[in-house]
Amino acid sequence: MAAERTPQLVVENLEVYYGAIKALHGISFHVYPGEIVTIIGANGAGKTSTLRAISRLVKVGPETRMTFEGHDLLAYPPHKVVSELGISHVPEGRRLFGNLTVWENLQLATFARKDPPEVIQRDFDMVFDLFPRLAERRNQRAGTMSGGEQQMLAVARALITARRMMLLDEPSMGLAPKLMQEMFEALKEINKEGTTILLVEQNANMALRFAQRGYVLETGNLVLEGPSQDLLANPRVKEAYLGG
Amino acid sequence: MSQVAQQLFNALQWGSFYALIALGYSMVYSILMLFNFAHGDVFMVATYIGYFVATLLLGLALSGSLPLSGVAVFVLTLLLTMFLASFIGIAVERVAYRPLRDAPRASAAITGLMVGIFLETLVLYLLGASRRNFPTLIEVNTFELGPVQVTNLKVLTIVLAVVLMVLLHLFIRKTKVGMAMRAMSYDYAVIPLMGVPLDLIIAFTFALGSALAGAAGVLFGMAYPVLDPYMGVLIGWKAFVAAILGGRGSILGAVAGGFLLGFIEILVAAVLTSTMRDLVAYSIVLLILTFRPYGLFGEEHSVRLRL
Repeated sequence: MAAERTPQLVVENLEVYYGAIKALHGISFHVYPGEIVTIIGANGAGKTSTLRAISRLVKVGPETRMTFEGHDLLAYPPHKVVSELGISHVPEGRRLFGNLTVWENLQLATFARKDPPEVIQRDFDMVFDLFPRLAERRNQRAGTMSGGEQQMLAVARALITARRMMLLDEPSMGLAPKLMQEMFEALKEINKEGTTILLVEQNANMALRFAQRGYVLETGNLVLEGPSQDLLANPRVKEAYLGG
Repeated sequence: MSQVAQQLFNALQWGSFYALIALGYSMVYSILMLFNFAHGDVFMVATYIGYFVATLLLGLALSGSLPLSGVAVFVLTLLLTMFLASFIGIAVERVAYRPLRDAPRASAAITGLMVGIFLETLVLYLLGASRRNFPTLIEVNTFELGPVQVTNLKVLTIVLAVVLMVLLHLFIRKTKVGMAMRAMSYDYAVIPLMGVPLDLIIAFTFALGSALAGAAGVLFGMAYPVLDPYMGVLIGWKAFVAAILGGRGSILGAVAGGFLLGFIEILVAAVLTSTMRDLVAYSIVLLILTFRPYGLFGEEHSVRLRL
């Protein structure tokens, strides 16, 4: 009992409805501090809804319980999930502010932070270290950058907002294999610095190689879970998600 | 030639009123895609606030209780009115629009019209139908500026309007709240993920727009000192037209639209008769919109993205 770790994020019986349609049928999972965990699943399985629920962007069912570091997530409005609990979220499709420059996008991400300027400056240096391309393009409008650069900015922006845990929604989408590789290397680096990562992905192969543990989500239910190696070797996962 | 210059100068004064009010429409539209049809009546209430503040301060100054010069009374009136007017905007948003944030836009727009009628009737009920006279804060002097006859009040109006617009521009460009407002006009749904409280930015936008309407109210009251509860209706609609003419949601557009509308109106009145002013002026506006449906600086808005 004493050796057992306490999970950082606990999700119990998560239900999400869109009108009469049930997107999640009461799923439960947890993430330990410092882990990289992935939820894989097909389009429409409920991956995005899961992350949106943690960020408090959607209503959840009456039986749902979610805690983060012991705090009841349901007691926090969306902006305080970020600013007080420290959970950042890279949404599906990046969702940058295309009319703002790279620098302004990052600057806006500091809106609720109360750290002294030198701490924030150190974070800026860190993300520019991680993604040197962003430093070159700091005065460019985000909307005019390439897909890969935009994805970098989306991750950088999330990193500036909060860094206890990062929720990532399909960061590989639309990226060429080489860029994808670079992106995941940067994410590993971020994780090493102490940020827990919860990643949802359609690209199961990539995600399972990146994460330590995984869950498989099918039409609103978690059907499998385990260490990534086990899932990679699982015949059902192989057949359904890894192309046989 | 001097006739034209004279009219251009007058047009700048009216353009200032329209632009200051139009900015309130445009800022709210750009972040919420909502036409705040109560804004003309917010201007009316703000003018009444200015009337009460000015009367009070002037009374204190004349009785000697407060050692204030005329200019100090004006400055204090302007600042206090802007400050108090901002709460009218915040209240309208809080009471009328926030509960409808996820409702169809038409419901919110109609609510704005109802809030407008509510404010008109409330002022009518509280203050009665008799018209109020805005006190004289600054002695009006006329002087020659080249071929043009100008008054110090008109110059003051134009200069102050321009100063406020520059300040607004700097605010929107340089501050984090301003950045949040611009970001929100692009993608409303992601704002909370930046740790930014949505309600705060929305309230701030309404406050800013109403404060500008407050400034317009004081300047308007000084130039045209007769106040009545329906004074905000026509000027509100015209400022709304100016905002559309400039381009929905565009700050630069609101300013350009305001001044352009001022010019069109004054020039039509100068060339033709003043009874034909609105008839011809708004025909011209219709014609402009026929060729530029999104206004001078407007872009075809993308469909609001939802997360």
